[in-house]
Amino acid sequence: MNQFLQMGGYAFYVWTSYAVFAVVLLADYFAPVFRRRRNLRDVRARMARQGARRRNENA
Amino acid sequence: MANWIPTWLHRLGSPPTFYRFAGAVRPWALTLALITGAIAAYGGLVLAPADYQQGDAYRIIFIHVPSAWMSLFIYFAMGVAAFIALVWRIKLAEVVAMESAPIGAAFTFITLVTGSLWGKPMWGTWWTWDARLTSELVLLFLYLGVIGLFHSFEDRRQGARAAAFLALIGVVNVPIVHFSVNWWNTLHQGSTVRLLGPSHIDARMLWPLLTMMLATKCYYVASLFGRVRADLVAMESGKDWVKALAVEETA
Repeated sequence: MNQFLQMGGYAFYVWTSYAVFAVVLLADYFAPVFRRRRNLRDVRARMARQGARRRNENA
Repeated sequence: MANWIPTWLHRLGSPPTFYRFAGAVRPWALTLALITGAIAAYGGLVLAPADYQQGDAYRIIFIHVPSAWMSLFIYFAMGVAAFIALVWRIKLAEVVAMESAPIGAAFTFITLVTGSLWGKPMWGTWWTWDARLTSELVLLFLYLGVIGLFHSFEDRRQGARAAAFLALIGVVNVPIVHFSVNWWNTLHQGSTVRLLGPSHIDARMLWPLLTMMLATKCYYVASLFGRVRADLVAMESGKDWVKALAVEETA
């Protein structure tokens, strides 16, 4: 196991590469997940505002 | 002729239909990407033998090369979508082109960083102005240019058209990156895997490489569909289907 982690002396280069790969793609994957939720929240907020205005006009 | 194919494509091009389609496909693409990616990483890091010259350092190939393939593949896909967007003014094609750019930039960034991490122990330098490295860096700047141009317009459709035009011009760089190792005498090595003719690589090293290629392709689909969904919701925020969706998600 230890030998595997040492990567024949190239541990730093090999593991940093794999870490960069994983971290960048993870960030790339989750960014739009949050963006979609935020966008839908904005839609809801606008609908609420418009609904309130309409109720005020009718009153 | 099969009439249902154009009909189906036409329907798929409508935002609400594509939104649902993308939502259904995305988890499967991601699952497939994770499974094949894990198998490829195990094959590359554990099962494949060490290289007779480079020892274990060569194992960077299993992410470096698939990422480099994706950096070109995504640029090409973005170029095709940009062309469709410019010629037929299809909104969905615009969205696909614009949302491909950040994924392509991510893969190009990974390619450059892992290449640097591989170059240091093998070539003795993090960076050199070699034809392959320089053209790949230009590719990153093209992606960043497309993203920047898209966001620099007040009107998003105008921005998308300008950025699509830049993306289309930048397609010339794709063959330059690909053939740079043949056209110029570079430090970067030539292709190891060939479509035509035998590959210069042991089968135990080849299969993890091809499996990782499949994983990154599936990942692209998953990431792109997630991005397109997020963008469609913003673009169509005034439409009834998005409003219905917004209400549905709170419940």
